[in-house]
Amino acid sequence: MDWDYFFELTLGGLTRGSIYAMIALGYTMVYGIIELINFAHGEIYMIGAFTGLLVAGVLGVYGFPALAILVIAAVVAVIYCSAYGYTMEKIAYKPLRNAGRLSPLISAIGMSLFLQNYVILAQTSDFLPFPALIPEFEFLDPIAHIFGSSDFVIVVGSALCMAALTLFIKYTKMGKAMRATAQNRKMAMLLGIDADRIISITFIIGSSLAALGGLLIASHVGQINFMIGFLAGVKAFTAAVLGGIGSIPGAVLGGLFLGLAESFATGYISSDYEDVFAFTLLVVFLIFRPSGIMGKAPVEKV
Amino acid sequence: MQELTKSLKVSLWFMFLTFPLMVVRVNTIEHTVEWRWMNMVYMAVGSFALSFVWRWALRRKEMAKAAPERPRNAFTERLGSDKRFTVSVYGGLFALFALMPWIVSTYQTNIFISFMLYVILGLGLNIIVGVAGLLFLGHAAFYGIGAYTYALLNHYYGIGFWTALPIGGVVAALAGVVLAFPVLRLRGDYLAIVTLGFGEIVRLVLENWSDLTGGPSGVSNISRPDLFGHHLSVAGANTYVYYIVLVMAIVTIIAVQRLKDSRIGRALQALREDEIACQAMGIDRVNVKLMAFGLGTAWAGFAGVIFAAKTTFINPASFTFFESAIILSIVVLGGMGSNLGVILGSAFLVLMPEYLRAFSEYRMILFAMAMVLMMIFRPQGLIAPKGRKYIINDPDLAATEGGKA
Repeated sequence: MDWDYFFELTLGGLTRGSIYAMIALGYTMVYGIIELINFAHGEIYMIGAFTGLLVAGVLGVYGFPALAILVIAAVVAVIYCSAYGYTMEKIAYKPLRNAGRLSPLISAIGMSLFLQNYVILAQTSDFLPFPALIPEFEFLDPIAHIFGSSDFVIVVGSALCMAALTLFIKYTKMGKAMRATAQNRKMAMLLGIDADRIISITFIIGSSLAALGGLLIASHVGQINFMIGFLAGVKAFTAAVLGGIGSIPGAVLGGLFLGLAESFATGYISSDYEDVFAFTLLVVFLIFRPSGIMGKAPVEKV
Repeated sequence: MQELTKSLKVSLWFMFLTFPLMVVRVNTIEHTVEWRWMNMVYMAVGSFALSFVWRWALRRKEMAKAAPERPRNAFTERLGSDKRFTVSVYGGLFALFALMPWIVSTYQTNIFISFMLYVILGLGLNIIVGVAGLLFLGHAAFYGIGAYTYALLNHYYGIGFWTALPIGGVVAALAGVVLAFPVLRLRGDYLAIVTLGFGEIVRLVLENWSDLTGGPSGVSNISRPDLFGHHLSVAGANTYVYYIVLVMAIVTIIAVQRLKDSRIGRALQALREDEIACQAMGIDRVNVKLMAFGLGTAWAGFAGVIFAAKTTFINPASFTFFESAIILSIVVLGGMGSNLGVILGSAFLVLMPEYLRAFSEYRMILFAMAMVLMMIFRPQGLIAPKGRKYIINDPDLAATEGGKA
């Protein structure tokens, strides 16, 4: 057994998994509250990466230092993605609140295609190089070949985000209202919770996490195009399903599990079928355990 | 005044929203920034105007919900039931399509071939999505399975088009049933995601199994169909393929129309409306669902074989999720469950971008927008599906029950 290789794969899987977890949180939160697979969530992530690229490009031309660029790009990406998430919900999902289950899903697919094509028209359909925004940390030098500074920032940053989110949901009034709405929207509304506002906030939080994820992974990988959202979105959705959709710790667990599984599968089996593993896991899980690792099996009401 | 300020706010919001992506364009290699301020002006004016339309449409929708349903447009209804009129329209259209390759150029013929391929694909998907109400996002994979069946059989065993056509359909149908088995228990959105996953798996396998499928570069030199053993020239074969597709499209239209009113079709519609009630009525849910998938994907298989024969070259890039989304938007746009709607939908999606060149660049974004708007304002699609009316002709029944009903 080659331990170095094993550690490399584990750390690589951890980085990947953290990003999946960040995006999966957006899926799971939205699903928990309005039972909709927000198909366009991956596109929000893509828009986050693009916004980050534009901000970094503009600031780079004016000669800002790297760390300042990173912080400003992250803030702007979060603001814009929240705005996109909010607007998307108002246009494509809110009018369909009382329609069947198929209509919002088709609307979401339409929204996803719309955002992809919007980026193609407004920017380009080619791959764009993304500048490395994350500076090299000296204390990581000994293991930099398997765990660089961007991996470090991704893992630590996403862990912080998730911890903050958990605290927010658990201990704030707004978090309590969110949990109540997820449990039973009608009842929550009767108790004076503005459900529309809660739904908007859910979209905003999910989108800002996706924005951070998009920015960090784009800086890690080094190039972006309009299609990155689709694959990342489906994989993050897989993560959400693995963990049990609707459950926040489940999404984190599912993300890490999927990241590690993918990393080991590509490392030990074959890298040609990298994406097949995720899809196969998704299909297998949905068939045999649709409620996921942490979820509860839904009771069918007649 | 209030309306104006509202629209102004919307306009400002969209200017803010689209600012980075629409205005800024950076070149990260040469470190230059391009500012496209004109886009912002278009955006402001556009969103200002559209916000009026948006609110007006939402209000109209609310009003339509409150008002009692008006009787259907009587004129179109009468036209539709007038035998002489429908026969002459269908006859005229058939004659036009039959003469098409002799009137227009080869290039135009090709466009019409792809239009009719989409009709076949759309009608197949319509069985699954429209009639049975199962959201299916992997249709392109079965299109690909059909195409690869012919391509590989032809490549390795030299099997001709006419033998491959039924084989392609059967293989795709079997693949559809194989997919349907595990997903029987799933519903709605989960089903959609699994079919998406399955479709992507098929594509990725085609792309990576290089020894068999030729990998990303695909299979080339697929033979064109022969006419009773005669080998045709390229232009001749093209015309021939046109007629094959035409006949196939007509067969599909008739078959799907008949299917909808058949026992299976009605079982599928019952399944769409309420699964539990449908089981209570004694319909075998498992069988019916498998049948829906098999029947739908079989048409994709046929279309795939014809596609491979037409282009003589295929690769996995033709069968991505994007393709599935296009076929789905045809069905959604046309009207889920309505066959005429699907035909109109593919005409919109395939023919319009070809003939309105300026429009082709914006094709996908407009259709994506149409998908969202359709769901909000007209979920039944351009042409709402018309259920068949069953009229009881028994005079005794009419005498006793008529008054009450």
